[in-house]
Amino acid sequence: MSAPGKATFLDFEQPIAELEAKIDELRYVQDDSAVDISQEIAQLQKKGQALTKEIYAKLTPWQIAQVARHPQRPYTLDYVRLLFTDFQELHGDRAFADDPSIVGGLARFGGQPVVVIGHQKGRDTKEKIYRNFGMPRPEGYRKALRLMRLAEKFGIPVLTFVDTPGAYPGIGAEERGQSEAIGRNLYAMAELKVPVVVTVIGEGGSGGALAIAVGDVVMMLQYATYSVISPEGCASILWRSADKAPDAAEALGITATRLKTLGLVDRIVTEPPGGAHRDHAAAAHNLKKALQDALRQVSGMGIAELVAARFERLMGYGKFKEEPVE
Amino acid sequence: MSWLTKLLPPKIKRAEGARKTIPEGLWTKCESCDAVLYSTDLEKNASVCPKCGHHARVSARARLDLFLDPEGRFEIGAEVVPVDTLKFRDSKRYPDRLEEAEKATGETDALVVMLGAVKTIPLVAAAFEFDFMGGSMGSVVGERFVRGVRACLEQNLPFVVFSATGGARMQEGLLSLMQMAKTTAALTQLAARRLPFISVLTDPTMGGVSASFAMIGDVVIAEPRALVGFAGPRVIEQTVREKLPEGFQRAEFLLEKGAIDMIVDRRQMRDQIAGLLALLMRVPAAPSA
Repeated sequence: MSAPGKATFLDFEQPIAELEAKIDELRYVQDDSAVDISQEIAQLQKKGQALTKEIYAKLTPWQIAQVARHPQRPYTLDYVRLLFTDFQELHGDRAFADDPSIVGGLARFGGQPVVVIGHQKGRDTKEKIYRNFGMPRPEGYRKALRLMRLAEKFGIPVLTFVDTPGAYPGIGAEERGQSEAIGRNLYAMAELKVPVVVTVIGEGGSGGALAIAVGDVVMMLQYATYSVISPEGCASILWRSADKAPDAAEALGITATRLKTLGLVDRIVTEPPGGAHRDHAAAAHNLKKALQDALRQVSGMGIAELVAARFERLMGYGKFKEEPVE
Repeated sequence: MSWLTKLLPPKIKRAEGARKTIPEGLWTKCESCDAVLYSTDLEKNASVCPKCGHHARVSARARLDLFLDPEGRFEIGAEVVPVDTLKFRDSKRYPDRLEEAEKATGETDALVVMLGAVKTIPLVAAAFEFDFMGGSMGSVVGERFVRGVRACLEQNLPFVVFSATGGARMQEGLLSLMQMAKTTAALTQLAARRLPFISVLTDPTMGGVSASFAMIGDVVIAEPRALVGFAGPRVIEQTVREKLPEGFQRAEFLLEKGAIDMIVDRRQMRDQIAGLLALLMRVPAAPSA
């Protein structure tokens, strides 16, 4: 299965777009032509695949950020549909509202009950607004916390999917304690007595991402990004110009490969050629395998051992040196 | 020499030169009410303007000096110093920024942690140095924080943190973001041992620090008028495209919204926190006189 609707191409994908347009044209010609040009089409398709591979082999961090935000990239509910059965969405924080920019609920993964929590972006304009562009308000984080506690109560593992530009910077969000909601989740996830497997599927935008991303295994899709600040935000502060976002993306080290080297990510989940948006089913297939491995890895451990290991991992974050004090 | 200087009688010239010999920093103008104050008076008053009560920013060491008893102080984590893991470079290299910050503040990073006592109650206190890269939290701040927590666990002590920060340190990339998880996770161990964590929000406490340990103290205190929030006011204004309400994200606003326990004047901070800790640690009441 490919992405819904007509493919959208990013700037650097233009050569691929041109080739695919040519293929489409030939297909159209072939439909009402007596001459068989299927061989030519096949050849062009092969060429297209090679070209895609070539372009994607040397993406810059800024280009990867574009792929991570691709409008046709699979979102949490796409993976829910492709990977889980018996999904029952659960709503609301029991205090203020239901935040549609975070979805969650009970489901089965390979028959095993799990709690799924993820950021959710919208596909069309109407849904984008409904989902607040995947930027949660405090009630979203509090719903996530409620579901984590539910999982803990019934001994069900938690799988989270991270895909947000960041927590929403709004007046109401501040009034209702955006900071507290995020901090509270970090605290709860550090001591949660069930396995937590985190996958960054698209944009890992700062504290708004981290608030559902503390876990026993942290995975990233190949073209996902994870950063302390958006490249644009960083560029406008440190370079005083948002145009320097490509430089900021490079400097911040936001890609899966870089973060794996830094020891902040455990596993990179390979995406289909040309990115997850080109083939949702293939992306889901790879993710399924990675999730199975991760769950197998954590289910072998006792809960006390698991939480202790998670704690040690958290304490190990950071790079510094020690020098005698003068 | 301009024609005006040439025309001026020598007396006036002298006066002009003499002004420069006044020692710098003898006078301070209050940022809030513009009152001109003797610097020493201001310092004696915990850097709170005696005229209007404005709480001026203080350095990490001055803060701890105001807060802790003079005896028995011992610094924790000073041996932990920053490295440039990402080889980060914007208009300046990260090591150059670190060096500048060190020259300006005399600190090696943005958090100072000390073992000490407040009115004879032993504790560990930490304070952010805002003038060190905006009090930003990177790997060193996170590690010093955790070493402070460890000292609490070893000696059964409460932990008090004074925040003054713009948030996470961009120059350390995702390593900085992870300090949010690290510092907050450390608090679970204090809780398991029933050791209090008191968070004091001073001007400003924003971003990655407010969205991690700062808002989840057992007691959360703010100084008057302190700016506290997740997103900066300018970012919010640009996002929602409306004018922010009066006093938005100030301590008084937070108290009204139920986000903090109390607002405490800096001059009463020692008494107030000592009182809270005595209650939380179940210290027997002092015999009444």
